[in-house]
Amino acid sequence: MYCRETDVVIIGGGPAGLAAALAVKAAGVESVLILERDTQLGGILNQCIHNGFGLHTFKEELTGPEYAARFIKRVLDEKIEYMLETMVVDLKSDRTVVAMNRKEGLFSIKAGAVVLAMGCRERPRGALGIPGFRPAGIFTAGTAQRFVNVEGIMPGSEVVILGSGDIGLIMARRMTLEGAHVKLVAELMPYSGGLKRNIAQCLNDYNIPLKLSHTVVDIKGKERVEGVTIAEVDERLKPIPGTEEFYPCDTLLLSCGLIPENELSGSAGVALSPVTGGAVVDNTLETSIPGVFACGNVLHVHDLVDYVSEEAENAGRGAAEYVKGQKAGIVPEDDTVMEMKAGKGVRYTVPAKIRPATVKKDVLVRFRVDNNYKDVSIGVFYDGRLERSVKKRTVAPGEMEELRIRKEELDKYPEVKEITIGFVE
Amino acid sequence: MVDVCIIGAGVAGCSVARELSKYSLRTVVVEKAPDVCEGTSKANSGIVHAGFDAEPGSLKAKLNVAGNAKMEELSKELDFSFRRNGSMVICKDEAGVATLERLLERGNVNGVPGMSIITGDEARKLEPNLSSGVVAALLVPTGGIVCPFELTIALAENANVNGVEFMFDNEVTEVSNEGDHYRVETDKQTIEAKVVINAAGVYADKIHRMVSQEPMNITARRGEYCLYDKQCGQMVDHTIFQLPNAFGKGVLVTPTVHGNLLIGPTADDIPDKEATNTTAEGMNRAREKAAESVEHMPANRLMITSFSGLRAHEDGDDFIIGEPDDAENFIDVAGIESPGLSCAPVIGEFVAEMVLPAFGNPKQKENFIGKRTGIPHVSQLSEEEREALIKENSAYSVIVCRCEMITEGEILDAIHRPLGAKTMDGIKRRTRAGMGRCQAGFCTPRTMELISRELGIPMEHILKSGRRSHVL
Repeated sequence: MYCRETDVVIIGGGPAGLAAALAVKAAGVESVLILERDTQLGGILNQCIHNGFGLHTFKEELTGPEYAARFIKRVLDEKIEYMLETMVVDLKSDRTVVAMNRKEGLFSIKAGAVVLAMGCRERPRGALGIPGFRPAGIFTAGTAQRFVNVEGIMPGSEVVILGSGDIGLIMARRMTLEGAHVKLVAELMPYSGGLKRNIAQCLNDYNIPLKLSHTVVDIKGKERVEGVTIAEVDERLKPIPGTEEFYPCDTLLLSCGLIPENELSGSAGVALSPVTGGAVVDNTLETSIPGVFACGNVLHVHDLVDYVSEEAENAGRGAAEYVKGQKAGIVPEDDTVMEMKAGKGVRYTVPAKIRPATVKKDVLVRFRVDNNYKDVSIGVFYDGRLERSVKKRTVAPGEMEELRIRKEELDKYPEVKEITIGFVE
Repeated sequence: MVDVCIIGAGVAGCSVARELSKYSLRTVVVEKAPDVCEGTSKANSGIVHAGFDAEPGSLKAKLNVAGNAKMEELSKELDFSFRRNGSMVICKDEAGVATLERLLERGNVNGVPGMSIITGDEARKLEPNLSSGVVAALLVPTGGIVCPFELTIALAENANVNGVEFMFDNEVTEVSNEGDHYRVETDKQTIEAKVVINAAGVYADKIHRMVSQEPMNITARRGEYCLYDKQCGQMVDHTIFQLPNAFGKGVLVTPTVHGNLLIGPTADDIPDKEATNTTAEGMNRAREKAAESVEHMPANRLMITSFSGLRAHEDGDDFIIGEPDDAENFIDVAGIESPGLSCAPVIGEFVAEMVLPAFGNPKQKENFIGKRTGIPHVSQLSEEEREALIKENSAYSVIVCRCEMITEGEILDAIHRPLGAKTMDGIKRRTRAGMGRCQAGFCTPRTMELISRELGIPMEHILKSGRRSHVL
């Protein structure tokens, strides 16, 4: 088997992988390789032809392919090496990456550092346990998006959408624009999982009803979908008998959550968070395996790609520093680790650990809340003691929140074991 | 005029087809679906039963033990996945031990080798996740697991290679006795055949009544299943059965031959022979029952799909294989519910013995090709084997289904081999592309492009399986 060595191998050529690669190069590490399983760089952005990307990164509103193209151009300008249609089949804890493609066949790479940037997948019908028949015409929203935007073929004409994740909302509008009739978006939870702006721009503007606390309880049609039965659910998310309503349709789209695609990470022994499904990382975005970093939707599902790029730069810098440190034989003297905890109202934080010795300025912490709240105060607690707080008029599970952990605070509390972000009661 | 017309391309029909392909007979298989393995054969537990359940002296008992014994050899001949993982029947109270002893005794009479009754602790030593309430278990080393699609497809392909013709999308509408032969009408054509084999699954009674007055009544007995992610596949190694009841062997917990965890089936007699839908109540019942066998059932979010299958249950509770008195040369292969899959290796021979006298007991033909090489499971190969395969054909290096790591090469093979796949389900059952945790979310467009390109079918015309099951 052909074997090569590379300083930093980046698994995935979507927005996270591209930004990470650029950051590695910018940090002065020349030997970097992007492995992409699809036929082109850009990842899922290539099928996201709607606008709204780049407001933070480029201060302008771009479509997905445009946003990707800006990064791809820089990757090409920087002459960063990449391989397309290349699947990583194994990742070992010593950072050996085994991959395959048409040109090289099966080959392995000894990597100085690895950046995991494989993205996420959509939760399928089976994982949702929706009863009924299993006909054609049931798609995850992302698959439908690919058919409409990349293949140029409509997957159906009378549509019901289950789940109000962002892709579902975007597809409600997209299918409508392409002439389909979107009858309804049903959402199991009492709140939407998507961005507020998408509810306004994709549903309200097109008079598509959103039924919160509703779910699909039956799928009719032996060969192709003929209709679905929607019912209201109670507080325990159980369907309420008597509330069933039948919607004739030929297509059911599912937008019921995204799952970081970490099977490869798991096989390498990377510790994963049961809450995010992504790796447990420190502030350099290093996972439990030294020299293996993670960023983007494989780490935790993001709301905006701009934040993915920002996070990936951080991971790229971390990987570059790691490689440089290894080459120089530097062993960090201070290996203090502080744990980050999700407090009241907060589902998780990324990072989940902070190594104060590696903090140069601040640590940007991203997190999501566990419900819709109004007028909350979110605090930073050092070993349970409130340090400071910020007020928020509204917070929602569909939108990522952020806070910064300040270097001066870390310096002030060198003995602290646990930093918590949560609501102040 | 053909010699033999087999109605139904499920595992029973294909077993008969393969056996008859050893002889110089003109055999055709008519099937209403667009592919083999589209009915009961596609949705079941995938278990190769040992043979202790069936009533001694029954056809089920006789064929089960023989079929089990032959499965391994057949799996090597025809290259399909089979593993003798052993099974266990557990009981959770002392009263149940008497039932285990009865099963043991019955198994001994049926000729099942190597069975023993072990204590709950011994059982838990073998299966650490077994329920703490298990007080004893019947340990059955000959139990096994098989891939029902691969088995059926392998039998059919091999039959086809040896000259059996398959007519898909042909639904039989009428069978009439013409004295010296039968006329089989389908919605597409008429077939004149000297011998007819009725292997029509849940519809075998309907076909039977077209030519015979002898009573036969088949009820669709629905079984619902939940299939879990491969990360749960290590939960048990043996197939774990509960004590049998009036409706069958109860809910089992088993690894599949491909490494998933499968639980089910429920058992409900239903009037509609097309009702392969799952129900919330049924899935819950399957999970609740399974939770009685093992500690810590996987979370619902680790389920990757659920499905239901229809057992072809005949009122007499046994297989009906043979000629009705009033229809010479019409052979029923009916009521093939569990352990039908386990009997597949011998059903063919058993039926052939009834067919061959009508043709003067011919000798086996010399050019019969008994060996089949299946589609390579690239992800299961060693590095060296994989490299060699890729060197031969680089399509084996391009992953299409990322969850199951299925390559373009495997999909092309599935399309172009004998009785090749034409539909999405056809690809899925031959290669496992789309059977993983994302359930074909990512690979559907790519697989469709390959079907379209290779078979010249426009994307809009590609089917999931049935005639009206357009994907787009």
